[in-house]
Amino acid sequence: MSSQHAKAPYYFVPGPSKWPVFAGTTLLLTMIGASAWVNGLAWGSYLNLAGIALTLVVLYNWFGDAIAESEGGKYSARIDVSFRWSMSWFIFSEVMFFAAFFGALFYARSISMPWLADLDHKVLWPDFAANWGNTGPAGTIEAFKTMGPFPIPTINTALLLTSGVTLTISHHALREGHRAKTAFWLFATVLLGAVFMGFQAYEYIHAYHELNLKLTSGIYGSTFFMLTGFHGFHVTMGAIMLSVVLYRVMKGHFTPEHHFAFEGAAWYWHFVDVVWLGLYVVVYWL
Amino acid sequence: MSTTTADHAHDHSHDHAHDHPHGFQRWLFATNHKDIGSLYLWFAFTMLLAGGVMALGIRSELFQPGLQLMQPEFFNQLTTMHGLVMVFGAIMPAFVGFANWMIPLQIGASDMAFARMNNFSFWLMPPAALLLLGSFWVPGGATAAGWTLYAPLSTQMGPGMDMAIFAVHIMGASSIMGSINIITTILNMRAPGMTLMKMPMFCWTWLITAYLLIAVMPVLAGAITMTLTDRHFGTSFFNAAGGGDPVMYQHIFWFFGHPEVYIMILPAFGIVSQIVPAFARKPLFGYASMVYATASIAILSFIVWAHHMFTTGMPVTAQLFFMYATMLISVPTGVKVFNWVATMWKGSMTFETPMLFAVGFIFVFTMGGFTGLILAVTPIDIQLQDTYYVVAHFHYVLVAGSLFALFAGYYYWGPKWTGFMYNETRGKIHFWGSLILFNVTFFPMHFLGLAGMPRRYADYPAQFTDFNQVATIGAFGFGLMQVYFILAVVIPSIKGGIPAAAKPWDGAEGLEWTVPSPAPFHTFEEPPEFK
Amino acid sequence: VVNGPAVDSQGGPAIKQLNLQPPVTQIAEQIYSIHNLMLVICLVIFVAVFGVMFYSILKHRKSVGHKPATFHESTAVEIAWTIVPFIIVIVMALPATKTVVAMKDTSNADITIKATGMQWKWGYDYLKGEGEGISFLSTLSTPRTQVGAPGVEPTEKRGDNYLLEVDNEVIVPINKKVRIITTANDVIHSWTIPAFGVKQDAIPGFVRDTWFKAEKIGTYRGQCVELCGKEHAFMPIVVKVVSDDDYKKWVDVKKKEMAAKADDPSKVWTIDELKQRGEKVYAANCVACHQATGKGVPGAFPALDGSAVVTGPKEAQVGIVLNGKAGMPAWKATLSDTEIAAVITYTRNSWSNKAEQNIVQPAEVLAARK
Ligand code: HEA
Ligand code: HEA
Ligand code: CUA
Ligand SMILES: [Cu+2]
Repeated sequence: MSSQHAKAPYYFVPGPSKWPVFAGTTLLLTMIGASAWVNGLAWGSYLNLAGIALTLVVLYNWFGDAIAESEGGKYSARIDVSFRWSMSWFIFSEVMFFAAFFGALFYARSISMPWLADLDHKVLWPDFAANWGNTGPAGTIEAFKTMGPFPIPTINTALLLTSGVTLTISHHALREGHRAKTAFWLFATVLLGAVFMGFQAYEYIHAYHELNLKLTSGIYGSTFFMLTGFHGFHVTMGAIMLSVVLYRVMKGHFTPEHHFAFEGAAWYWHFVDVVWLGLYVVVYWL
Repeated sequence: MSTTTADHAHDHSHDHAHDHPHGFQRWLFATNHKDIGSLYLWFAFTMLLAGGVMALGIRSELFQPGLQLMQPEFFNQLTTMHGLVMVFGAIMPAFVGFANWMIPLQIGASDMAFARMNNFSFWLMPPAALLLLGSFWVPGGATAAGWTLYAPLSTQMGPGMDMAIFAVHIMGASSIMGSINIITTILNMRAPGMTLMKMPMFCWTWLITAYLLIAVMPVLAGAITMTLTDRHFGTSFFNAAGGGDPVMYQHIFWFFGHPEVYIMILPAFGIVSQIVPAFARKPLFGYASMVYATASIAILSFIVWAHHMFTTGMPVTAQLFFMYATMLISVPTGVKVFNWVATMWKGSMTFETPMLFAVGFIFVFTMGGFTGLILAVTPIDIQLQDTYYVVAHFHYVLVAGSLFALFAGYYYWGPKWTGFMYNETRGKIHFWGSLILFNVTFFPMHFLGLAGMPRRYADYPAQFTDFNQVATIGAFGFGLMQVYFILAVVIPSIKGGIPAAAKPWDGAEGLEWTVPSPAPFHTFEEPPEFK
Repeated sequence: VVNGPAVDSQGGPAIKQLNLQPPVTQIAEQIYSIHNLMLVICLVIFVAVFGVMFYSILKHRKSVGHKPATFHESTAVEIAWTIVPFIIVIVMALPATKTVVAMKDTSNADITIKATGMQWKWGYDYLKGEGEGISFLSTLSTPRTQVGAPGVEPTEKRGDNYLLEVDNEVIVPINKKVRIITTANDVIHSWTIPAFGVKQDAIPGFVRDTWFKAEKIGTYRGQCVELCGKEHAFMPIVVKVVSDDDYKKWVDVKKKEMAAKADDPSKVWTIDELKQRGEKVYAANCVACHQATGKGVPGAFPALDGSAVVTGPKEAQVGIVLNGKAGMPAWKATLSDTEIAAVITYTRNSWSNKAEQNIVQPAEVLAARK
């Protein structure tokens, strides 16, 4: 069990650490690689992937340090509060990130599209009609079919909602000290997330091969893939966080009172869940 | 099963007690807020010089009509990179440096809430700067789409554009982490007795600034991510042929961009609000209304963005809404100006360099504020948008505003950092030189703009020659003053001089003056009692 | 030496100009006066605020022995200086509101011109009103020898309108409401004439509009004001405001020029195209005499229906149309090769005519001209 035999300091300040500067460096490699890659240079892809891999290695060590400190009882209640504040505001920043893409969808659909089809714009685009899922005023976009809510997105909604429930069960179990139960329901949550991602991948394949719906499918394709893709990325991140937490649960970390890593990951998961509900309505239904 | 790494949780309250690192490791692996603050300040000053050299390139080309020194495409790269480097590389990190140094000292905290992440925030900056500056040397050169990176011009750029995009992504991540750190520190680590409404104004302004950053940096990241996918992955966010809209980019950008300009001024307000009372020897007038005014500015800043877009053509109701909302910002800003003047009123003032810069700030910033207000009036903006009038406006608020406040802050807190007093005469020379040459550089730009000289122009109608020459001469002089600052003021006062007292300013108040000068490596390991 | 003119540009900026350019539309005038009003109000506030501050700086300093007071708030004063500026900005916003509304009212224009920004020139199409159909490109006419390049001194003295002159100016009549529709082909540009108080971004794929009604004859100059790439500084906008009469003349000349240009004589046409075009030319130029029926007016104007010239060898007919004959005017100056070819083809296939040589190509007319 985690040990708190010494009283935690008032506010623990970690000593010098090499991880931040390492992470900065590996991110530099990642970004140089990415810049080269998007411009068609083969070495860019290797550098980019190597950079990402190295960043993950650094983060692994970094979090290792933090976990050791936590388990070493150095984190006082005040630090716990800091974690809570920081996770909340981090999630808020993510909300704003999504807001940019939701905003783009709203603007393109409710402002630009009617504009492009109005009387004045007949000068440029005589034949353009404002219907969502169009092939662009210039008609240069290959015809495609739009993505409806059935069946996959709806199944996915159910999966994510269920995962929210299983996660809560797991949390309750942790608070009651039932470690096995905690792990089981946490595992179920991660599994649901993985199945979600599986369906999402299937949906993309379906979109590309059967609907001819691609990133290049005009503004519809752009917003569709940007929003769902960015969300999918967040599901993946959330699932990774939960997996780490699961691993730690199995290693015996956390106490019923002291388990912010679990809660932070759970908040994140719920946030991803809520974003999905927004997506489900705005992208698939409307 | 039990992990007992904690057998080491000794009586010391801090893990760092056993090492006060030396050499390069002290800086690379820093977790100390003061060291990280210094890193930020050095980085920002370096970027100021880099951006300043670009500005001098711009000014040299504009000394005469015609093309003398560079091709227009390179000129556009200079303008763009000057803007990006100054905004993201110089002004913002400089304020973060101040936050790092001063917030823990002012609220009686032992360090920032997340010391390692703090260092990460900093160590993201040099990679971003390398990407940004390195892009000058890739095929096609740096991005030349203006610091606003408007689509679809940004789509035409070479790989330099992608490097700029990734650099901004990294800097955004740094800002977000930095802000989270600052918010958490302020909300959770104040010394007992330090209620929010007793907190020094600098902390207040940074608290609000940090919220702005968290809210808008991700939006910028979103905008440039869409630019990236438009460039390389065939999306049509900003391309009308595919149903997108170039103006959409502008909306998203300015939703970030306008709050961004307040991000660069609110901490400046904070610094000035510390300095004026100290040298007037009188408490800050209207503390509570200062807090409310800062918050109002921040809130209003979210609903004025389209004043940068009056000429894109929007419905008349939108134009009116954004005009009114923008003009309203003068009200809380005015409250700040009036409060400063009232603080000085019936004080017992002395005019050491920090006070000079603070008063200079109030005076010249207000001029920039007034030109902002004039630009906010839609019909006038339609005349002046994208002319040198705008360039004049924002240099008044950014250079004489943000940068002067940073200088003021340096002179005010520098003794606490270095342990030595700067040379007062040289400080005064720096102030008067900067103030005068600043106006020589930027005041004539108002005339150029009114007469219609467009910005981002490598060459101009010859009628504009005279004022451009004045501006160029001023710019070189202003640049020299900053070289003077670093060589004659900063470096000597790091090396030695008259040792500074713990509280070198008799009118100053606050916890930061209760620790010795220079501030020891660790301060407030046990929180002080604040009354 | 080549630095530039010591004179003001005409309709552009003046040397050492301190204020907005002299307005020539009512909107620009309103902007001018709102700006003056703003300037005065701001100056008054500025002087008041800093008068107080400098008074304080002089009197309330330690060196003159002033002892600090201790007050640090006053709700009444703080409310006052919140409300008063609020009222001031409302006062400022009122006249501006009127002008904004007027600026946006692009309805009932006499002439509509589309301005298309391109890297790096402007294209103009007169869409509606007198001059409809006119279109041309407008490019910087300042020679590069006046600009110079890095390391290359300019070899020619700069003109008065350096960078403010174009090959084809936009011509508009005085006192007419001109609506400008802007769009762009590549990136965003912006169309402005400071003297008109008009500025409108030109956005690729979208159209936007603005308007002006110039009240003074003259030439007015602006420059592209949205960063559009390397030649951003080299795509000026020049509008020439002329009298109604001059405008009519210009439209006439321009139309002919255009017609001449538009019809490339080497183009090979199909018979149907020629017939269609010819019908229009016939209706515009020939019906008055030869009549719509092609029967002419017996005794005065010969019939074309069944005419030997029209059904016979085509060279003869081409010669008569080009050079005239008796009462028949020579058309070679007024009609283009294509128009002549078209109208001849039309007559050869109309009414009861079924000429053997039933098609004339513009190239043949061109050849016959020599
Ligand atoms: C620190 C940065 C900063 C600050 C503080 C401001 C402050 C303001 N700015 Fe500025 N602005 C910029 C940085 C800043 N700006 C930049 C960088 C750009 C250009 C971006 C680009 O295109 O590249 C820009 C551009 C810009 C534009 C667009 C111009 C254009 O491109 O056409 C406008 C238009 O409304 C504007 C308005 C304002 C206003 C109303 C304020 C107000 O906040 C000012 C309020 C202050 C006062 C008014 C003075 C003090 C008040 C009193 C003494 C009270 C009494 C006064 C009255 C009642 C009148 N700014
Ligand atoms: C954020 C802060 C900031 C700061 C501090 C500055 C500082 C300066 N800026 Fe500007 N500027 C911007 C932000 C800033 N700027 C932005 C956002 C833009 C818009 C970009 C765009 O359009 O996209 C802009 C655009 C801009 C333009 C318009 C360019 C154009 O439209 O093409 C000009 C032109 O004169 C200019 C000039 C200057 C000058 C002379 C300084 C001076 O204050 C600089 C002084 C500093 C130094 C000179 C460095 C110190 C000296 C040395 C390193 C040694 C060498 C010195 C000598 C030999 C004398 N800036
Ligand atoms: Cu076209 Cu600038
Ligand atoms: Cu703004």
